[in-house]
Amino acid sequence: MNWLTNVVRPKIKSLLTKKEVPENLWIKCPETGEMVFHRDLEANQFVVPSSGYHMRMPAKMRLDTLFDGGKWEAIALPTVTPDPLRFRDERRYSDRIRDARAKTGKEDAVQVGHGTLDGLAVTAAVQDFEFMGGSLGMAAGEAIVTGLTTARERGTPFVLFVASGGARMQEGILSLMQMPRTTVAVQALRRAGLPYFVVLTNPTTGGVTASYAMLGDVHIAEPGALIGFAGPRVIEQTIREKLPEGFQRSEYLYDHGMVDMVVHRHQIRATLSRLAHLFMKKPAPEKPGTALAVA
Amino acid sequence: MHSYLEFEKPVADLEGQIQELRALAEKGEAVDVKDEIEKLEAKSALALTDLYLKLTPWQKTQVARHPDRPHFVDYVAALVEDFTPLAGDRTFGEDAAIVGGFGRIAGQPVAVIGHEKGSDTASRLTHNFGMAKPEGYRKAVRIMELAERFGLPVVSLVDTAGAYPGIGAEERGQAEAIARSTDACLGLGVPNVAVIIGEGGSGGAIAIAAANRVYMLEHAIYSVISPEGAASILWRDSARAQDAATGMKITAQDLLKFKVIDGIVPEPVGGAHRAPEKVMAATGEVIVRALGELAPLSADELRNARFDKFLAIGRNL
Repeated sequence: MNWLTNVVRPKIKSLLTKKEVPENLWIKCPETGEMVFHRDLEANQFVVPSSGYHMRMPAKMRLDTLFDGGKWEAIALPTVTPDPLRFRDERRYSDRIRDARAKTGKEDAVQVGHGTLDGLAVTAAVQDFEFMGGSLGMAAGEAIVTGLTTARERGTPFVLFVASGGARMQEGILSLMQMPRTTVAVQALRRAGLPYFVVLTNPTTGGVTASYAMLGDVHIAEPGALIGFAGPRVIEQTIREKLPEGFQRSEYLYDHGMVDMVVHRHQIRATLSRLAHLFMKKPAPEKPGTALAVA
Repeated sequence: MHSYLEFEKPVADLEGQIQELRALAEKGEAVDVKDEIEKLEAKSALALTDLYLKLTPWQKTQVARHPDRPHFVDYVAALVEDFTPLAGDRTFGEDAAIVGGFGRIAGQPVAVIGHEKGSDTASRLTHNFGMAKPEGYRKAVRIMELAERFGLPVVSLVDTAGAYPGIGAEERGQAEAIARSTDACLGLGVPNVAVIIGEGGSGGAIAIAAANRVYMLEHAIYSVISPEGAASILWRDSARAQDAATGMKITAQDLLKFKVIDGIVPEPVGGAHRAPEKVMAATGEVIVRALGELAPLSADELRNARFDKFLAIGRNL
């Protein structure tokens, strides 16, 4: 960074502009470099209109667009022992958590909601990449378990929108233990005869993919999402080779039999509704999958 | 002659002196070395005991990875009669990073699954250093399903740095294979017991370690990511592996405190490789005792016990 970029702007100007102008008014499409006005992007569920590139979508909007009328009940999530290892790397884990909470206004990476989808009761969870890379620690693990348990107790299908870099290393073995813990909850839902739909979004890797994200009854992937076990960099370092084009992307997983379908974000609601009604042996809804326009 | 780890240098030096004195004595050049040798031996034993009483997590990592440490095949040779390995996942291929089959432990027919790292260059390549690919985990699932069908308990011996990160492994669904294998462990209607005998590396380990009873050898490690991996991600410096090993709490003693494991199998002073037969026999005893305790439980009781056990982890810290 040179001295030019460090110039301190007059304070009064930032005071005046801060309120109305979000940080990024214009957002760059990672694929084409095209600049998109943030409102247009938001109105299009964070899919770049011209290129069709699927950007990250806020967790709340996921649930708003899934449930009828954008209305849903937030399911209370259990609190967990914070920072069980008293871990610190370059910074304290407790500080990282505090910052992530301040930045996102959320307790941790997973939120759970209950509502109806074209009239059918559904429980859904969103794993949010914005919160420490959507990493799976004790809180996220308990939230997934709670979501699956809520679905089982209320006799509803369970929908998971997942994005995660994998296990939260700062919680060590207790993070790894979330793999069997969530799997136990998936099995309980399975035994209750209720369906589990996974929507894989960009990116989903590591211990999350290697547990509940790959144990769905139906796997739906958003276009172009990175999905895998080992991260591309780790693989490149191991084999010392460049990876092929499109490697570990949704379409690649489809070709290799790991996901059932690659679905544009605008059609995901309708797809989930159709599947949920079929699996629950309910008559087809009158207007299946009318996506709620989000203001 | 043992190969010594770096932190064992004081012991190695003493052992070197003893060897020299012995050589001299044999040539008849030194007259009164017996006392001196005895003194040095006592000193060396004391030094080793001292070192192993307070091993750091990073030192334990090195002990857990020691090339002479007994591996899966050694345990099978020592504990399993009539061992008959099975091969292949019936879908793609055979992966020797996971060895599995059927045999008898203390006379009782069981399924045995485990990672094999290999013990020389050729066998390490054959077994891919114990880093399994999807077909390895799918073979494990196949063996678990067979065990369930025939009502035989499953014993897992875990020793892997982690699942193999490669193009082919990803192409064939490494994540799904690991998830399904964990799923299979947890859903078994027969008892299962897992022992971490060396390294318990992340998802590659849990895939065969989600068991009714989980034990670790005294100097084994079990971790969400290798210390080197954590160091390069969290510190952006793989040289900080020592700090990562300490911070992540990867030792058997830590995991027992967190109630992640059910017990620790003691190792002789100086680690499992200094008296393999003793360690393997002790491991066998722990397995047999656990299987005995689980034997009266029905399929549903076993599943429910497993569910409760894993759900309880982390809830009372």
